[in-house]
Amino acid sequence: MWFSDPNIVADTAKVAHEAAKKTDTSWIMHHVLDAREIDLTPFGVIHLPQLHLFGMDISITKHVVFMWIAAVVLITIFVKVSKSYKKSLIPKGVSNVTETLILFVRDEIARPNIGKGYEKFLPYLLTVFFFILTCNFLGLLPYGSTATGNISVTATLATISFIVIQAGGMMKNGVFGYLKGLLPHGLPTWLIPIMFIVELLGLFTKPFALAIRLFANMTAGHIVILALLGLIFILHTYVVIPVSIAFALFIFLLEILVALLQAYIFTMLSSLFIGMAYHQEH
Amino acid sequence: MELLSYVLVLAFSGGEVVQGGPLDVNPGLILWTVVTFIFLLLILKKIAWKPILNSLNERENIIKESLEKAETARKEAELLIADNKVAMRKAEEEAQKIVDQSREYAEKLKGQILDESKLAAKKMVEDATSEIERKNAEAFTKLKDQVAEIAIGAAEKILKENLDKPQQLKLVDKYLDEMNKN
Repeated sequence: MWFSDPNIVADTAKVAHEAAKKTDTSWIMHHVLDAREIDLTPFGVIHLPQLHLFGMDISITKHVVFMWIAAVVLITIFVKVSKSYKKSLIPKGVSNVTETLILFVRDEIARPNIGKGYEKFLPYLLTVFFFILTCNFLGLLPYGSTATGNISVTATLATISFIVIQAGGMMKNGVFGYLKGLLPHGLPTWLIPIMFIVELLGLFTKPFALAIRLFANMTAGHIVILALLGLIFILHTYVVIPVSIAFALFIFLLEILVALLQAYIFTMLSSLFIGMAYHQEH
Repeated sequence: MELLSYVLVLAFSGGEVVQGGPLDVNPGLILWTVVTFIFLLLILKKIAWKPILNSLNERENIIKESLEKAETARKEAELLIADNKVAMRKAEEEAQKIVDQSREYAEKLKGQILDESKLAAKKMVEDATSEIERKNAEAFTKLKDQVAEIAIGAAEKILKENLDKPQQLKLVDKYLDEMNKN
């Protein structure tokens, strides 16, 4: 029997180990993962500075750079838009686009989900929406990189969201009132400690889901596109090229939709949770 | 048992991550994300969200106000139109009244004038008649006198020789009286 021969198993293990070392997916991951340099082949590679603070590695990485690009793009656009509103209240050009999105965030996301007192959270929601949207779109540009496809970034954004949700709830209802409000009414006394733990866990799972959802959505599309294009090189045939490109193009168009959708969903769920924490009675 | 150990070797041998994996957490990146996001939030809040949201609200208020104004203006216009209609109806009635009055007056005048002219005509006819009668009578008297003179003259000529004038006059008067009676 084959399995009685230990050599076969040892060989398989060796092959597997070699394969793992070679990391055949590295060329895909190279595009998706963070890096210490910006690859602009064939124009060269920009090496980013490595910084350390109190023994912590705070090097500027590719995703940091793209977050900054997103920030600069947003600030540039909104300075212009803000100026145009000073001139006249009638939107023109870029202001039309941003106004549509701003009104969408205000009237379709913040107002119905948070309800009364939504104005306080609008700056946060607008910033998160436009930041995620811009980061998502930057990943679709040539040489671009999706900062929102990095779990560290999305987790941080979700944590900020978590802080805003809890702070909103506590400012409205008071710290103890808010914690008390987590429990449903009319609970038997012996259930209270258990339910409190369950509800507390629920508070943490919400931003966790936010982080995972954004990260997975932004990463998955890129991996699918790269895998489809990689088929050409894996199968070593020209026949597959039109199919690969057609599918990759389709996924790319889907990614444009997903970029918009994920920014919307992150903002929408954030405002929903804010609303739940802010108006605890329902 | 040996098999199981091999399977376990297989299962765990290739699992180690060689390069950075997609689920690696990078503390530096977290720090930069926080810093970037907070700065972006503060800057955008100051330069963008406040002025833009304010102008959007302002514009909404302006639109609301102008709509309300338009509504009130429409109502006022409607009132005005209704007023105008009433005034027009009044004026029409007035005009009708004036026309009626003048017609009535004209009728009256016409009647009066007609009556007057009738009366005048009647009077004229009467005058004419009396004049004619008077003239007739005058003519008759004149004729009678002339006839009498002619007759007297003729009779004088005829009877110059045998009758004196007063006797003959008496005779003729007597004769004329008889004729008048007839």
